[in-house]
Amino acid sequence: MDITWYLVLSALLFAIGAGGVLLRRSPLVILLCLELMLNAGNLALVAFARMNGNEEGQVFALVVMVVAACEVVIGLGLIVAMYRRRLPLNVDDLRELRG
Amino acid sequence: MVAVAFFAGALGAIGGAIGVVALRNPFYSVLSLIVHLISLAGLFLLLYAEFIAAAQIVVYAGAVMVLYLFVSAYVGDVSEPMWDPVPGQRLLAPLLAGVLFIEVSIAVIGTALTATGTPGVDYEAGFGSPAAIGELFLERFLVVFEGASLLLLAAAIGAVVLAGRRRGRERDGEVGAPETHGTEMERPTSGAVR
Repeated sequence: MDITWYLVLSALLFAIGAGGVLLRRSPLVILLCLELMLNAGNLALVAFARMNGNEEGQVFALVVMVVAACEVVIGLGLIVAMYRRRLPLNVDDLRELRG
Repeated sequence: MVAVAFFAGALGAIGGAIGVVALRNPFYSVLSLIVHLISLAGLFLLLYAEFIAAAQIVVYAGAVMVLYLFVSAYVGDVSEPMWDPVPGQRLLAPLLAGVLFIEVSIAVIGTALTATGTPGVDYEAGFGSPAAIGELFLERFLVVFEGASLLLLAAAIGAVVLAGRRRGRERDGEVGAPETHGTEMERPTSGAVR
């Protein structure tokens, strides 16, 4: 399979994730869509590593995984904190920084 | 054979991604994302990235998704309002996503990198193995490696600070000190289930 196939698939997955961020209103699902976009980036990085024949792209993908894990932990912590304070779990209602 | 495996993985990944966006229940969205991640791990195997594929399944589909499942079960079924905050959002969002896909595809297909039209360089034994990745991490990218571990530590502490119960503040609220309007919101009842 040519590398172009993987890159086009990565673009498609990224577009689906971006569409989800625009469409959905629940912060939990928006985090999931961010995961989709990060994974699409990972796929492109691994495909480029294969194209060039060195593993540096794969190391980059691992670092992206670490960043994604951190983002998930903080995001889910925020969601739990919002739920404990009985705030509505809807990003349109949460546009003020003041709790 | 490779093509069949690629299209199977691609179908699983696309189907999982569409499921994440389209399913109304967040719990099912998380399960759909697990399908997506496992399909992507198969695609990583096709690209000879064995270690990344294993890490994807163990760390992502295993650990991170359990965290998601736990939080989505804890929060419960979040009902999203049917009205659109932006007029025509349900039409505009897929349209913008399609435009983004076409734009990136044009950039990918029309790239000046000629090697994208090939299946990549010839496979060498040991490419993408844990030994090769570990050597890169501990020799060339040592600072990145340490930075990543520091970032994880900071995230873990941040999660504890954010999601931990604040006993002191709750007690202050109960004493009845003149508080702002947020008092009753900040005092979670013991059975916080709605």
